[in-house]
Amino acid sequence: MTGRAMAGRAILAAAGLAALLVPLVAPAYYVLLMLPFMAYAVVLLGLNLLFGYTGLVSFGHALFIAVGAYAGAFLTTHTRLRSFEVMLVAAAGLGAAAAALVGALCVRHVKIYFGMLTLAFGMVFYTFLLKFYRLTGGDEGMRVLRPHLLGVDLDAMPKTDYLAGPYYYYCLAVLVLATLLMWRIVHSPFGLCLRTIRDNPAKAEALGLGVTRYRWHAFVISAVYAAVGGALLGPPTGNVDPTLAYWTQSGNIVFMTLLGGFASFFGPILGAFVFIFLQDLVMSVVPYWRLIFGAILAVIVIFAPGGLMGLFARARP
Amino acid sequence: MILEARDLTASYGAFRALDGVSLAVDEGECVSIIGPNGAGKSTLINVLTGVLRPTGGSIRFKGRDIRGVGPVALARLGMARSFQLVHIFPDLTIIETLQAAVVSRLGRGTRLFASLAGDREVQAGALEVAELFGLADKRHALARHLAQGDKKLLDVASAFALRPEIILLDEPTSGVSTADKTAIMETLVAASRTIGLRAIVQVEHDMDIVFGYSDRIIALHEGKVLADGPPARIRADRHVVDIVIGRPRPPSPARVADA
Repeated sequence: MTGRAMAGRAILAAAGLAALLVPLVAPAYYVLLMLPFMAYAVVLLGLNLLFGYTGLVSFGHALFIAVGAYAGAFLTTHTRLRSFEVMLVAAAGLGAAAAALVGALCVRHVKIYFGMLTLAFGMVFYTFLLKFYRLTGGDEGMRVLRPHLLGVDLDAMPKTDYLAGPYYYYCLAVLVLATLLMWRIVHSPFGLCLRTIRDNPAKAEALGLGVTRYRWHAFVISAVYAAVGGALLGPPTGNVDPTLAYWTQSGNIVFMTLLGGFASFFGPILGAFVFIFLQDLVMSVVPYWRLIFGAILAVIVIFAPGGLMGLFARARP
Repeated sequence: MILEARDLTASYGAFRALDGVSLAVDEGECVSIIGPNGAGKSTLINVLTGVLRPTGGSIRFKGRDIRGVGPVALARLGMARSFQLVHIFPDLTIIETLQAAVVSRLGRGTRLFASLAGDREVQAGALEVAELFGLADKRHALARHLAQGDKKLLDVASAFALRPEIILLDEPTSGVSTADKTAIMETLVAASRTIGLRAIVQVEHDMDIVFGYSDRIIALHEGKVLADGPPARIRADRHVVDIVIGRPRPPSPARVADA
């Protein structure tokens, strides 16, 4: 193993250990901040299969985050189902179904056309959530009742204890599982085919790889990840609303991916982490966090297109 | 007969790039297509490989009508190609590029959770082609870091990794030094024998290469077939010499010896 790979494994092990210890040592406030980080990390693993590995930038993935989040909310409020496992499976299934449809219409187009089409579908879904209030609760959204974890009813626990304890570890387990699965996908023959399509679709076709079909598969998988991540976002706030589907949400996750570095497997996870904690920090200092983040985004695109991971790679030749 | 085209026409707007082209490629043949710029050579290759749909005429590959079948299906049927402007995957290594071709040939592209590194057949297949093309030593180099000649070679090698029955090469040696040209052609011929290729069709500008490696030559001019025959006959064709080959260049000793 090369020195770099070894250093990478050491960092990964340290990060994993830190994630396990956070609820035991960190103040509850920061433990709770880890929850959206982990949810977005799952979303970004999926988004980057499309962005970093297939070369398609979606500006509408908030749609699938919202599908996942609303699926969970719908189950807890409209049915008696409270099992988180069922919620996650339902989120994944609905995310896949929505993406199968949207993807079939989007993946025939590339570059700006693909981006604009995904954006358009995202806007349509946002409006749907806003206007069909009987089903979706309109701008107030829907409540998410506390899910049962592995069949255990934890309603008696104080909310913070629940979120910073069992729910935290549940999310961590989902994130680890999602990471391992995505690691396998990108290192599979399928993952290699996606990279050929990203680099040169005409050549990929000449090699007998059906570009549209592969893009569609990647789109559906990425949407499943976004939906599962979306389902993880609901319980901490106890509420889901249409802003989850708004286009700024889609923009944020693209930003996180750029921030961490889309050329690297772990870049987007790092991006999610830095984004969530930096946002918290900036918001506590100045009210205009978007101003600061806009400047950061500009600096990244101009000076560090490889994101934070790209900077690390440059620092360690 | 492996590949047969009849009365092919193709137009870009009002411009007729192909105007009634007919040709046939037999088992074991290496056919070169020559012609001045704009004669329709690349268009012909693009039509034969399913990238462009002809406006008229028919194309049969192994007796099957393949008009509008598209490049993906053609690759599966056993027809591979390389491009005039080198087509590589810039951020993939040489070995990854070849693995992608082998994955495609074996139909394993939809294996989502299988390990690529653990797929012995894919690994061995890719390495075999890398060795055949003398690319094994630098197999972990990124394609975009390669010298022009190696990029060209990789483009062709990945087409060979599909183990096609016929291969269409659009200027396999363009943009490459004269010394490298012969090396590429020698590699190509050797690789063709190893994988049991049934026929080669190539577009080529370098007349030393054309006359050195072709069983038959088809000269195109303004979208029409000007001449079609063995090298000796083409060289004796005044028309072709005037339009395609050109006179000012004195024959090289090798060519005299050849004749």
